[in-house]
Amino acid sequence: MNDFWQDGEGIADTAAPDGPIETRWERRKFTAKLVNPANRRKLTVIVVGTGLAGGSAAATLAEAGYHVKSYCYQDTPRRAHSIAAQGGINAAKNYRNDGDSIYRLFYDTVKGGDFRARESNVYRLASVSVNIIDQCVAQGVPFAREYGGLLDNRSFGGTQVSRTFYARGQTGQQLLLGAYQAMERQIGLGTIEMNARHEMLELIVVEGKARGIVVRDMVTGEITTEMADAVVLASGGYGNVFFLSTNAKGCNVTASWRAHRKGALFANPCYTQIHPTCIPESGTHQSKLTLMSESLRNDGRVWVPLAAGDARKPGDIPEAERDYYLERIYPSFGNLVPRDIASRAAKNVCDEGRGVGPGGLGVYLDFADAIGRLGQKAVEAKYGNLFEMYERITGENPYETPMRIYPAVHYTMGGLWVDYDLQSTIPGLFVVGEANFSDHGANRLGASALMQGLGDGYFVLPTTLGNYLAAGPFATVPQDHEAVVEARRAVEDRISRFLSIDGDRTVDSFHRELGHIMWEYCGMERTEEGLTKAIGLIRSLRDEFWQRVKVPGTGEQLNQNLEKAGRVADFFELGELMCIDALHRRESCGGHFRAESQSEDGEALRHDDEFSYVAAWEYFGADRKPTLHKEQLEFEYVHPSTRSYK
Amino acid sequence: MDIQVRVWRQSDSSDKGRMVTYDVKDISPDASFLEMLDVLNEKLILDGADPVAFDHDCREGICGMCSMVIDGVAHGPQRATTTCQLHMRHFKDGDVIDVEPWRAAAFPVIKDLVVDRSAFDRIIQAGGYITAPTGAAPEAHATPVPKKDADLAFEAATCIACGACVAACPNGSSMLFTAAKVAHLGLMPQGQPERDTRVIDMLQAQDDAGFGGCTNMGECAEVCPKGIPLNLIGRLNSDYRKALRNSAR
Ligand SMILES: Cc1cc2nc3c(=O)[nH]c(=O)nc-3n(C[C@H](O)[C@H](O)[C@H](O)COP(=O)(O)OP(=O)(O)OC[C@H]3O[C@@H](n4cnc5c(N)ncnc54)[C@H](O)[C@@H]3O)c2cc1C
Ligand code: SF4
Ligand code: FES
Repeated sequence: MNDFWQDGEGIADTAAPDGPIETRWERRKFTAKLVNPANRRKLTVIVVGTGLAGGSAAATLAEAGYHVKSYCYQDTPRRAHSIAAQGGINAAKNYRNDGDSIYRLFYDTVKGGDFRARESNVYRLASVSVNIIDQCVAQGVPFAREYGGLLDNRSFGGTQVSRTFYARGQTGQQLLLGAYQAMERQIGLGTIEMNARHEMLELIVVEGKARGIVVRDMVTGEITTEMADAVVLASGGYGNVFFLSTNAKGCNVTASWRAHRKGALFANPCYTQIHPTCIPESGTHQSKLTLMSESLRNDGRVWVPLAAGDARKPGDIPEAERDYYLERIYPSFGNLVPRDIASRAAKNVCDEGRGVGPGGLGVYLDFADAIGRLGQKAVEAKYGNLFEMYERITGENPYETPMRIYPAVHYTMGGLWVDYDLQSTIPGLFVVGEANFSDHGANRLGASALMQGLGDGYFVLPTTLGNYLAAGPFATVPQDHEAVVEARRAVEDRISRFLSIDGDRTVDSFHRELGHIMWEYCGMERTEEGLTKAIGLIRSLRDEFWQRVKVPGTGEQLNQNLEKAGRVADFFELGELMCIDALHRRESCGGHFRAESQSEDGEALRHDDEFSYVAAWEYFGADRKPTLHKEQLEFEYVHPSTRSYK
Repeated sequence: MDIQVRVWRQSDSSDKGRMVTYDVKDISPDASFLEMLDVLNEKLILDGADPVAFDHDCREGICGMCSMVIDGVAHGPQRATTTCQLHMRHFKDGDVIDVEPWRAAAFPVIKDLVVDRSAFDRIIQAGGYITAPTGAAPEAHATPVPKKDADLAFEAATCIACGACVAACPNGSSMLFTAAKVAHLGLMPQGQPERDTRVIDMLQAQDDAGFGGCTNMGECAEVCPKGIPLNLIGRLNSDYRKALRNSAR
């Protein structure tokens, strides 16, 4: 017993077949029940989200003949945050004949996830990866090609093979447009009913099954209840709990959190990926952080002044007074160490007072050597667009003065718990893409999120959802059903509460403060003391929010502050759970670094004997302790080992 | 720096709307244009006034959500830059900056600077896709694509559907947007079977959605943040003529 959580019974993934891993997905597909094509149009599926996961799922389900209702908060499905992904998408095509295979991609992903992911899921992900590329090419996605007309590949994120497919620095955009166009085709055919500028604010659960959602039309403010035979959440990640992140401003946890409050378990909320190469904050006006592609570390050298408080311009600091700390600490990987390691090292040197730029929160990424070695032209050809973007934002020319970079929150590995079928603990509620927890363990490899989103949406969900829907259509739920009325009332009450507080602080001011707490105590380095303190701070800030927030305007109009208030209210509860999860996991793994659990030379120390499980949390109320359910992880194929990059 | 902004305020689609002047003080030159508006809005909220509504999401120039006419130019004074990527260092202390929504018949104003661009989706619905149902795809390397075509298709496909081209066009035409999609798909071998119907149907949808006709003014390409070239419109026109000839046969 402790002050923050209680222990519950274990849970297990009962949907995954056992036996040889190579054929598990084949066998699951074979045992999955099929839905008679004539019945499909009688079955309605709600899909919340139109990113890679939701867009690909909606298009595929509609093609299969289901009636799909789709929702997003932007003005068109094509603007989902997946659009911003830059680097690429992995697939085990082995076009380079460099020894890649489905097994190797599986192995790399399990290892990269620091042995905190399920082997069955990861193997399936690796095996559908090859179909994703075929599908996208057929849709006309303009991937980068070689002179012979075949697809080009690059290596990404510290892997030894070249398996990343890309479309210059806009891979996410091009993949999303492929899914979006497939969706628009179905919208034109009348099989998808698209509701843009609609926000899901509640899940409707009837007799234990997910049967609908409550949505708000963000233009008119109208609240409606939408019913279906199943609900799919594809609502993305929750990095914005930190206020500053590389995510789009609207990214939120509300859809997932509302489902969590209705009984869906939330898994591994503390696993956060912090990306080392982002443009640092420039002042208190900062509203988001911009990622600079990881590929820059291939040629840029990372350094800080040797002495703390050295305020000279970078060009005035002689070689001997610089510390190329990654090359010094990790001689074999140097500037190319994985994301979590590079991020933490940057934090450490800044904590020592050796950071550069405003507030001392930055390190140099210097291209002088590369320019000297390769010439400015060659550097321009490789990184020209990134250098331009950097200059646009900072006003500094990186050909002349080193870039300044600093880590920023980028991706959340945690999410709603799902079984092998991608079904949450609420029957009929499926979760795909970044919103679920399923495939990346404690750390995601570069170029694997796009793969997971599209794998889930194009290939996995359409099979497993069919298995569930084979028992449908389910009895129609009348609008005056108690559960429907109650869910709608909950939404209406919350909105009137926000509007009636009429306090003296803006929503953003609370969000910023919450973000500071999360970054300070639940960011790159976590301690028992810090996390305990953070929980207290979050609770009192949350109380203050409900007393002092000021939301202008009414509910019957476009009201962007009302939208934000709802999201921030959910971030408070999520932030607390993230701290509790981080507190309970007294080990370091992947993106979760507990200062108490490190080796003598400061590297992350896992405790497999104690923590080789998925932590799935059950909600009992904002002021009550959550219950921890453990799903033990088995490693039959890839045996846990220690990562070393020295 | 201290500036003044004159912002278009319109409470909803039925309101006539007007320009309202606000002082914004102590803005860092490193702030983005949207961050400057964030500062203004924080103040408006605490003053008990209605904050300015504007569309934005990624704030890194890729989602296409931000959309403001700044001092008479769609996306403002910096070339090839979306509103969200424009920074205050391009303005001077004491400047008075006009901020208005996209204005076009096909993009009605919803509130303040927020407009309805769903007409773009209807153009895509009409044919801006390649029919490739999931699961039916052949092996990706079955059809090589000449690098030159793939690169050109990519350039055209970088359109972010922001609508600046429409806002800048005296006719309110969406030709550059449509031409970019027609070029992207028409350059790929996978896009050939639907090439004729695509261009005919998309142009019809463009007319139906209330966009104006193209008279080759070229204002669209001037403001396009992604540098979509004007010559794609010529390409579209020639595709269209071929398609009409083919369908007459
Ligand atoms: C800058 C950046 C670069 C990246 N680069 C890469 C890369 O190179 N390779 C890689 O593999 N991954 C990359 N990632 C990660 C990857 O882009 C994301 O993890 C992935 O795109 C998420 O897709 P998704 O479909 O799950 O969610 P999203 O694309 O975030 O879509 C979420 C959808 O849900 C909707 N939504 C959310 N809440 C609600 C609600 N309450 N009601 C209604 N609708 C709602 C939104 O409108 C949206 O349509 C990058 C991420 C960032 C931030
Ligand atoms: S063509 Fe250019 S201006 Fe027009 S919508 Fe596309 S990106 Fe925007
Ligand atoms: S906010 Fe996304 S392009 Fe400007």
